[in-house]
Amino acid sequence: MSNQFFIDSEFLSPEALKRKHELENNPSSRRDIMEYLPGMEVIQSDIRDQVMSRVAEYDASRYTGRDVVRALEHENCTVEDFQALLSPAAEPLLEQMAQRARRETGRHFGNTVYLFTPLYIANYCENYCVYCGFNCFNHIRRMKLTMEQVEHEMQVIAESGMEEILLLTGESRSMSNVEYIGEACRLARKYFKLVGVEVYPLNTDEYKYLHECGVDYVTVFQETYDTKRYEELHLLGHKRVWPYRFDAQERALMGGMRGVAFSALLGLADFRKDALATALHANFLQRKYPYAEISLSCPRLRPIVNNEKINPQDVHEKQLCQILCAYRIFLPYAGITVSSRESASFRNGIVKIAATKISAGVSTGIGDHESKYHGTQAEEQGDEQFEIADGRSLKKMYQDMSEERLQPVLNDYLYL
Amino acid sequence: MKDPLILAGREFSSRFILGSGKYSLKLIEAAVQYAGAEIITLAVRRANTAEHENILDYIPKGVTLLPNTSGARNAAEAIRIARLGRELGCGDFVKIEIMRDSKYLLPDNQETVRATEALAAEGFVVLPYMYPDLNVARDLVKAGAAAVMPLGAPIGSNRGLSTKAFVQILIDEIELPVIVDAGIGRPSQACEAMEMGAAAIMANTALATAGDIPQMAHAFRLAIEAGRAAYLAGLGRVLERGASSSDPLTGFLHE
Repeated sequence: MSNQFFIDSEFLSPEALKRKHELENNPSSRRDIMEYLPGMEVIQSDIRDQVMSRVAEYDASRYTGRDVVRALEHENCTVEDFQALLSPAAEPLLEQMAQRARRETGRHFGNTVYLFTPLYIANYCENYCVYCGFNCFNHIRRMKLTMEQVEHEMQVIAESGMEEILLLTGESRSMSNVEYIGEACRLARKYFKLVGVEVYPLNTDEYKYLHECGVDYVTVFQETYDTKRYEELHLLGHKRVWPYRFDAQERALMGGMRGVAFSALLGLADFRKDALATALHANFLQRKYPYAEISLSCPRLRPIVNNEKINPQDVHEKQLCQILCAYRIFLPYAGITVSSRESASFRNGIVKIAATKISAGVSTGIGDHESKYHGTQAEEQGDEQFEIADGRSLKKMYQDMSEERLQPVLNDYLYL
Repeated sequence: MKDPLILAGREFSSRFILGSGKYSLKLIEAAVQYAGAEIITLAVRRANTAEHENILDYIPKGVTLLPNTSGARNAAEAIRIARLGRELGCGDFVKIEIMRDSKYLLPDNQETVRATEALAAEGFVVLPYMYPDLNVARDLVKAGAAAVMPLGAPIGSNRGLSTKAFVQILIDEIELPVIVDAGIGRPSQACEAMEMGAAAIMANTALATAGDIPQMAHAFRLAIEAGRAAYLAGLGRVLERGASSSDPLTGFLHE
C-alpha cells in the first residue's frame, strides 16, 4: 500500500481544481525540475555529482551480514562500510550498531543533549508538495504573524526557559519575504542565544543578510534525493527546482552561516538511498567547508490536516533507529536532531544512542504558543504543518532527560 | 615533599585539570572532589546561558576556573570569547582553543600564537591548546603563554599518547609547564605522560564516558600522582636485551 496523497478540497474553485488535476495527472504540464527559475543563483559546485554518483551505484541488497560485521570492526567507517550499515543485512545486528553508535556519541558529545523549539511564523505556501499540510491546494487556516505577534510568541517561549529557537515559514516569497524573516530573526536575537531558520532556499546574499540579522544555522530538507520521485511529489512552485534546493546549504555557508542541517523526509522514496545521499551530502560539504558545523535530521512522513492517512510506509522505528546508528558511526562529529514527529518513547531511547538534539514545547501551528503553553483560548491561529507525536513541554523534557541520566543543555553557543 | 604546579606565579598542588563540558552538572562537584582537582575548564559559550542550571553554579568554590574559547575559528574570535569569559566572572585564566575543522577539532597553531600574544598583553594567564610542534611552542613562549597544552591524540578519541615523541621534545626543550590535553583515555596513559615529565594532565571525555565518574576521577588522581612521583624519582635503567655485555665494547681502551 502506498500513500494516497491527492485530496480535493471542496473549497477550491473549478479553475484551481482543474489546474490541480492536470498537474497530478499530466506530467507534461509540469516544469522540468532541473530548470532554474529567474532570480535563482547558480553556483559552481561538484558536491551534487559526488553525492549522486555514489547513490546511483548503491545496491543495498548486495551486502551480507559479514560486510556489516566487518564495517563495525573498522575503527574509521568508510563510505563502503556506511553503505553496509544502511542495508537490510544490518537489521539483525542493530543492537551491535547501537552499542557502537553510543560509544561514538559519548566520545564526541559526552552525555549532553541539546534542547530547542521551532517557531512557525507563517504558513502561506506557493508550492504544491502533495504530502505537506501547507501545500497551496490544501484548505487550511492560513496566517502570517505580525512582528508584534512574533514577539509575543517569543516572549512566551523565552519565559519557559528555552534559549535556542528555529524559525520556520511556509515557502512563500510573496507572503513571507526575506525582509520579513530577517526582522523576525532580529527579534529572536533579543530573546534567544541561538537562532536558526528553516525557510525556503535563498541566494548567497540573502543568507548573508539573514546572518547579519543574527541567524547562524540553516536547515533545508531535500525531502528526497531521488529526482524521479521528487518530480512526482513536488508538482508546482519554486520548490520544484531540485538542484537549487540541493545547493542551499552550500550557499548558506558561502553567506557566512556557521552551521547547516540536512535531511531527507523518510518514506517518500527508497529510504536507504535517501539516507545515504543525506549523509554523503553532509560529508562532502564538510570536507569542502571544514569549519562548518554539520547536523542531520531524520523526519518520517506524518499525517496532515485533511489527510490523516499519510504514514512513513516501510520506515518503521526499527529502520529509523538503524539509519540513525549508521549516521552516527559514519559521521561521529555530526549533530543529530530528532523532532517531535517521533514518540516520546522513541526519543527517550534514541538520545541515549545517537541523537544529540531534541525539540520540546513544540507547536507546528501558527500563533498558538500561549494557548498551548498556558491553556488559554487563542484568538486566531493558523493550522499545523503536520501532527506531532511528542508534546512534552520544556520543563517535562528537561526532567525526563535528567532522569535518563543525560545532561540537558539549553545553550552552548556564542554568536561571533 | 612540596611539589607545586606553578602557572603564572600561582601554585597548585594538584596536577589534574578537569574538563566539565561533557557530563552531568550534578557530577562536577563530586568529580572535583575525587580528582582532587584545583583547576576546572569550562566553555565560555556554555557558561553564556540564562539562569536555568548555569554551569557556573555547579563549580565548587575555591576552584580556579579555566574558561576555554571553544567555538572560535580564528584569533579574533578567541580574543572576543576570552574577554567575554572575563566579563562573566570566569577570572584571568584562559585556555585558547581555535579550530577551523568541525570534524577532528584539531587546533590551528598559527592563529593560536596570534591569540596568545594579544591576550597575554591584556593580562590573561594564557594556556594554549596546540598541536605539538616545537617551533610553535617556542613562539608561544615568546608570545607570553603561561604553559603549553599539546594534544596527546585527537580530542575525544581516548587513544592516549599518539604524539608521544613530539610531546617529549616539548618537555625536553620548553621551559614552561607542558600540560597534556586531549586524547588521554585511561589513567595508565595519564601516568605515562607524567612519567615523561609532563607538568599536568587535562581530561574530560575519559571521565564522561566512564561508568562511575567520581571513581574514574579518583583513579586519574592516583595515576597522575604515581607518574609524577616516578618522574621525580628518576626512572630506573631499562635494559635492552643483550645490551649488558660482560665484555664491554670499549674494553680495548686500556688507558
